[in-house]
Amino acid sequence: MTEPVLEVAGLSVIFGNREPAVAGVSFAVEPGERVGLIGESGSGKSVTALAVMGLLPEQARTSGVVWLAGQPVLDRPDAELAALRGNRVSMIFQEPMTALDPTMKVGRQVAEVIGLHRRVARGQTRARVLEILDAVGLSGPARVANSYPHQLSGGQRQRVVVAMALVNTPDLVICDEPTTALDVTVQATVLSLLDSSLAEAGAGCLFISHDLAVVAQLCTRILVMLDGKIVEDAPLAQILAEPKHPYTRGLVATARIDQVPVGERLPTVADFWSRDGDVEEELR
Amino acid sequence: MTVVVAVAKRAAIFVVSLWVASVLVFLACSALPGDVAQVILGIGADPASVDRLRTEFGLDRPLIIRYGEWVGGLLTGDLGDSYLTRRPIGPDLAPRIGVTVSLVVCSMILAMVMALLFGMHAALRRRHLDGFLTSAGSQIGLAVPAFWAGILLVVVFAVGLRWFPAGGHVPLSRDPLGWAHHMVLPVVSLTIVQSAVLTRYVRSAFIEVLADDHIRTARAIGWRQFPALMRHGLRNVAVQVVTVLGLQLASLLVGAIVIEQVFALQGLGTRLLDAVAQRDLLVVQGIVMLLVLAVLVINFLVDLAYLAIDPRLRTPGGTR
Repeated sequence: MTEPVLEVAGLSVIFGNREPAVAGVSFAVEPGERVGLIGESGSGKSVTALAVMGLLPEQARTSGVVWLAGQPVLDRPDAELAALRGNRVSMIFQEPMTALDPTMKVGRQVAEVIGLHRRVARGQTRARVLEILDAVGLSGPARVANSYPHQLSGGQRQRVVVAMALVNTPDLVICDEPTTALDVTVQATVLSLLDSSLAEAGAGCLFISHDLAVVAQLCTRILVMLDGKIVEDAPLAQILAEPKHPYTRGLVATARIDQVPVGERLPTVADFWSRDGDVEEELR
Repeated sequence: MTVVVAVAKRAAIFVVSLWVASVLVFLACSALPGDVAQVILGIGADPASVDRLRTEFGLDRPLIIRYGEWVGGLLTGDLGDSYLTRRPIGPDLAPRIGVTVSLVVCSMILAMVMALLFGMHAALRRRHLDGFLTSAGSQIGLAVPAFWAGILLVVVFAVGLRWFPAGGHVPLSRDPLGWAHHMVLPVVSLTIVQSAVLTRYVRSAFIEVLADDHIRTARAIGWRQFPALMRHGLRNVAVQVVTVLGLQLASLLVGAIVIEQVFALQGLGTRLLDAVAQRDLLVVQGIVMLLVLAVLVINFLVDLAYLAIDPRLRTPGGTR
């Protein structure tokens, strides 16, 4: 059996004297596997992702083990991690409008990702930049490469960000709510783009979202995160068919509003699970 | 095309500001109490001879005509003649401009360099003791008046240690080493406050940029923290710092006037104070207009710098 591209064991992250943001999380992503990490905001999804990337703010205290592409991540020197980032593992963030440097042409920003990790002649870099911009579905890649971010639309920018994440064919792409800031039609095209590009690159993916409907389009396994812990870890089909944790049941019900009889109130997660521990199951 | 329009717009603002400044300077000087004829002839002079002298200077004519004459002269580079010395003002001020400019420019550059170093350190290490101390140090520097710093430096380094002269000036063209030797203390005393102010701006600009999404992106593609900041943060910091730099120039010029007094430098500042005391208003007007011109030119250059730094201002579709 091949080694997982990402292995997290007993990861905890604490900021200051507060409750742990992430409390003893364990999971793995196999090569080419797509894992969805879902939960509400503040549940610790993004902190988990930043811990995996080694990009937590310096005041964060971590414990546990994270192995990325066969290398330990926690408490390693930044130089070692920087060599992994953008190369073996890359990340797509939520905000396409601000994720790119406003003062630099996007072609140069994509070229930078190559130049940071590969020794390539300039002409070849340029060709590769145009190739990847074309591959992520940007028409007129030469014109796009020559544009500043403010001259592109939100969807175009997110395609550029996807191109930057995939240009070095990483083993793992971490997507942190990559489509949340986009409108619904653009969301669908970016998702199908991610789907095809990840398949083509054979890259594993950790897809973070609060939206089960989005995750279901891309992932084969789902981790449900709640208050810094993973409360359920199962294949997508099983999650949808027989969710175990009441919180997961709530997520599934709210994602399937097509199954609500006409005229009835739409379900909310609180119908299934609430933090006080008194689970209301009257809908059953 | 957008660049041409943007530059033209700023050039127009520059010209209008200069004109408004000339009106304000002229009116302010005319409204000053006191009379150069009275100063020349003394308090006990008889009113008839004071009036005769005023007529001779043309001070009895309407304001609008005197303004027209003065501005007409300015346009041809003629600042007029001093009432007191009866000599042309321009050639009198020329050597002094060099003194003031070298003082201001050296202080500005030194302050900028120190502010970048300290400000960046204070921002990057803000959660550590050393970063906090840098920040606190800039707070103290902010509270030190330039003249007091000057006097203190003279007491320690000129009178006590005898490392540097306590005052005076040597032209750069005659003796570069002597020039530098004389400039050290005045420049340092002017720089202390300036660098403290700029340090605080650089610090907050860097802290803001550190939290920017695109810096996080830069880290995620494999830049280490410091290179990420240099490559993707510096331009964004520069936009903010350059603005402050333009605004600070005015306070730097005011500081220079004081420092020239402390170090007995024969610059524009000392001449300005003398001229005010003597009610030699054409000299006052001339010097103030030179200072205004300097501030406006620098701010015009700052505007051009924005265009160079921020592509959103010079390409169509920019929304900034």
